[in-house]
Amino acid sequence: MARLQIRNLEKTYANTFKAVHGINLDVKDGEFMVLVGPSGCAKSTTLRMIAGLESISGGEIVIGDRVVNRLQPGARGIAMVFQNYALYPHMKVRKNLSFGLRLMRTPKAEIERKTAEVARILEIEPLLDRLPKELSGGQAQRVALGRALIKQPEVFLFDEPLSNLDAKLRASMRVRITDLHKRLKAEGLSSTVVYVTHDQTEAMTMGDRICVMKDGHIMQVADPKTLYDKPANAFVAGFIGSPEMNLVEGRLEGARFHLGAQAVTLPAELMARLKPHSGRVTLGIRPQHLGVNEGPGLQAQVVGAEFMGHEVVLHLAVDGVRLVAVLPAADYAGLDHGAMVNLTLDPGMTHVFDETGANISLAQSH
Amino acid sequence: MSNVETRMPLSAVAPAKPMAHSRADRRAEQVQTFVRYALLIAVGFVMLYPLLWLVGASFKTNSEIFGSIGFIPEAPTLDGYRKGWETSTPYTFGRFFWNTFLIILPKTIFTAISCAVVAYGFARFEFPGKKVLFASLIATLLLPNVVTRIPQYILFREMGWLDSYLPLWVPSAFAGDAFFVFMLVQFLRAIPRDMEEAARVDGANSFQTLIYIVVPMLLPALISVALFQFMWTMNDFLGPLIYLSSVESFPVSLALKLSIDTTEAFDWNRILAMSVLALLPALIVFFIAQRYFIEGISAGGVKG
Ligand SMILES: Nc1ncnc2c1ncn2[C@@H]1O[C@H](COP(=O)(O)OP(=O)(O)OP(=O)(O)O)[C@@H](O)[C@H]1O
Ligand SMILES: [Mg+2]
Repeated sequence: MARLQIRNLEKTYANTFKAVHGINLDVKDGEFMVLVGPSGCAKSTTLRMIAGLESISGGEIVIGDRVVNRLQPGARGIAMVFQNYALYPHMKVRKNLSFGLRLMRTPKAEIERKTAEVARILEIEPLLDRLPKELSGGQAQRVALGRALIKQPEVFLFDEPLSNLDAKLRASMRVRITDLHKRLKAEGLSSTVVYVTHDQTEAMTMGDRICVMKDGHIMQVADPKTLYDKPANAFVAGFIGSPEMNLVEGRLEGARFHLGAQAVTLPAELMARLKPHSGRVTLGIRPQHLGVNEGPGLQAQVVGAEFMGHEVVLHLAVDGVRLVAVLPAADYAGLDHGAMVNLTLDPGMTHVFDETGANISLAQSH
Repeated sequence: MSNVETRMPLSAVAPAKPMAHSRADRRAEQVQTFVRYALLIAVGFVMLYPLLWLVGASFKTNSEIFGSIGFIPEAPTLDGYRKGWETSTPYTFGRFFWNTFLIILPKTIFTAISCAVVAYGFARFEFPGKKVLFASLIATLLLPNVVTRIPQYILFREMGWLDSYLPLWVPSAFAGDAFFVFMLVQFLRAIPRDMEEAARVDGANSFQTLIYIVVPMLLPALISVALFQFMWTMNDFLGPLIYLSSVESFPVSLALKLSIDTTEAFDWNRILAMSVLALLPALIVFFIAQRYFIEGISAGGVKG
């Protein structure tokens, strides 16, 4: 059906800049796939190649069981929602919605029926006779969504559709889009989605699976929980999660991790997962998994504390290396600036990355 | 109260009483505004005077025209219009207006179409030799018109197009007016491509995208192009002079000159009356399309 496969996809721009370096991605039928990554990592380029708006320099894109490389955008069975809506400014909402259908010479009655249905689903019925300039951002985005929906495409493509909306509207649109996706899926309609965003909240809350990209390479493709708990490399570890994961460079000798002048023995539970390795490594631990209490651990100095009500964000320094810990407010016993504390690691949630950034602490973890 | 204040020197009032200060200030501002407008109106009047005089004089008798410099006729008469319309040729002025129309209509329409297509090509497509072609387009912009007159004349003579309207409008039908193409390209560059990409995703081909999406967004600019072309063609004297030789195909601009040539006694009121009529189409069209015209010149992009 509407499975999307990307095989060794490459993109070299006219100015010889290579934006995409042979990526492979398999989006299952009905799956909500999120492409996420920092600005300039070629999310849009990839999406636009799927859409047919950008030429393909190498590799293949397969939608259903057709190679679509040479097909025009209109013939690929896709629909796209743009970041700045891209509504046709001179057409009323009604005409905007039905433009594609009218090009295909769909019978009038069918156009009217579909327009009405889409307008009902997206609650834009009262707006049908307005021009795009008479719409608010959220309304315009709903119309843009409707324009994609009305075509019943095999694959929906979204390029940062919510980034022009304010935080509150973004949250409600997020829910609306995921609900819509579930509904299409439940009705057995094609509902494969590729959704580009640089907002990790969007990625984590919306995606069935998430594809993290960096500089035109795919760093990891996994469901949100795996991505969070078992990042394949330091980049993914640092990119997903908020506040950011602490990434501390040091040296591993046996089970001893040397950080500056200090050293800790890594817990046996962690060592059991670890591939044999010694030398320079990066230790990764999320602020939520870093504890401060007595017991064996690293000596750290408190350099700042932000009280957030239900939790406290503690800024720490270990021999000049900055760390962040998030503690429940109850555990926060008025640690003063300058106080010395002992750090403890949650062994199950601590990661070790080698010099290449690969996670070497996943070995026997499943 | 206010009398007293205005008589007081400003410097004495200003620092002590802020209220009085602002009132005196406002008064000074009013005076300034008055002076400014009076000056502008005066200058405007001087600039417009020839035009007013032209209109006024067209209703005068021939003897009165040079008798006074005032522009209000003493005994208004339609004589100039009546006789001028007849002309000294076998044709009425209506014929000449019709001829002008026959040149303007294809020229304006084909200019708009051809320039839109060419500008779309330059602004939205990559093709081999694009840079060179666009550079030569700009180069023709900088080329003085007179340079091409003679080669063009010889060309059209070889094609047997002399004394027809073809040399006057056919070049424009092939986007011969580089200025318009340039203007539309600039306008298009300011419009984001998203709408066109959305149209392609919706299944439109390049041509449908042009017709259904680009042209409507380009409309204000296209109206400006049509208006410019209309006015310039209406006023063109040299072109018809070079290519047209039979009186029956003269446009208005040549016909006006004709009435000066053929009338020994120079019936000025007829000439003036016909000049006024010749002004009217451009004025009427301008006022009808003014809104778009201004929009087009200040070529803004489209809100995303
Ligand atoms: N037309 C182009 N010519 C040359 N390089 C380009 C072109 N378009 C994009 N690039 C480059 O390709 C890379 C990927 O761009 P792309 O727009 O896909 O990034 P992105 O991941 O969508 O970023 P953002 O989150 O900022 O939208 C960037 O380094 C960009 O500079
Ligand atoms: Mg982008």
